[in-house]
Amino acid sequence: MRKRNDYDDIPGTTVFDAQRSRQGYHLNMFCMSLMKADNRAQFKAGERAYLDRWPMTEEQKQAVLKRDWNRMISLGGNIYYLAKLFFNDQKSFQYVAAIMTGSTQEEYAAMMLKGGRPPKGNRTLSDWKKKRG
Amino acid sequence: MSHVPAIGAALDNGKSGEPYWKKVFDGFERSKEWIRKAKPDVILLVYNDHAVAFSLDIIPTFALGCAAEFPVADEGWGPRPVPKVIGHPELAAHIAQSVILDEFDLTVVNKMEVDHGLTVPLSLMYGQPKAWPCPVIPLPVNVVVYPPPTANRCYQLGRALRKAIRSYGEDLRVVVFGTGGMSHQLQGPRAGFINSKFDRRFLDRMTKDPKSLTRITHLELLREAGSEGIELVMWLIMRGALDEKVREVHRFYHVPASNTAVGHLILENLK
Repeated sequence: MRKRNDYDDIPGTTVFDAQRSRQGYHLNMFCMSLMKADNRAQFKAGERAYLDRWPMTEEQKQAVLKRDWNRMISLGGNIYYLAKLFFNDQKSFQYVAAIMTGSTQEEYAAMMLKGGRPPKGNRTLSDWKKKRG
Repeated sequence: MSHVPAIGAALDNGKSGEPYWKKVFDGFERSKEWIRKAKPDVILLVYNDHAVAFSLDIIPTFALGCAAEFPVADEGWGPRPVPKVIGHPELAAHIAQSVILDEFDLTVVNKMEVDHGLTVPLSLMYGQPKAWPCPVIPLPVNVVVYPPPTANRCYQLGRALRKAIRSYGEDLRVVVFGTGGMSHQLQGPRAGFINSKFDRRFLDRMTKDPKSLTRITHLELLREAGSEGIELVMWLIMRGALDEKVREVHRFYHVPASNTAVGHLILENLK
């Protein structure tokens, strides 16, 4: 069972801790394999078949096939490993960040140019509850 | 200083003159001049690997690159077009022996590729030379898998590094790079988080009150600097290697470079 950690109170944030590193080991190592051109070609030729070579859970495989980034993170994916997958898709950190935050890339880029997402109202789970409540 | 991969890509693809990137590169003009004059014999470069040389197979908290050279890694889109990194195996071996006996049990690495975490800071300081002007000793720190070493541990390692460098047989001019950050978050619905107030205060404390930074908790870093901003602990290694009182030669702060707040400080010992 996952013990509750002090950082679980930070909204919209999944800390890649030892438990998640264990849970996401094969998912992340699959992503890392895409640093090699040979593997990228095989993945391109048949994503499902390539994924089936890794002892990942079905949920993890579905999240990869759907490019559901938040889901991959909730299943133990780490953003620096997932980057190998979205670089392979010719996508940038900003492209994926926009999706993860539910905004368009233009909106996200504009937010960054205005100084980013501010700390006020984004520190604790209760901050977000208030905002959405 | 920051190591945002897009900074490297902007330079490599000839985009450093575009208004968006020019604001970043301009902040390093003075730094380039400073390091040209400082002429270090060796750079000790504290950085983090981004799932390139290390994976989830082996996760050293602190490692030291003791090889004669370090090839530039292919991170999936071909290696950055930058010179290979030449090491300083004699000084590195001396540092390893000294700090391990000082109870910092770091991992000795004799074969390693280096990623943008190491090459982007070199590019910011030197531009695009045919060869890097001096040897570099890489010191990778795990900040990818939580928990990274504590701020205090990092500062204390800096103290041990300083002692090691001072006890080396040859009188060398060593510049220590502490890299990463500043505030940023690359993942989840809170991605894009930036905290300029925290960052500026962090810069002030780096110069004037580093000991107060050794008490900063991981929780505070995650909450106030973002999930990836926790890599700021690496700055404390550099700070620990300096005297307690330092002169601030240069400071630069800019938002954004892609998803990140770029911060940069040059500090010198008073004597």
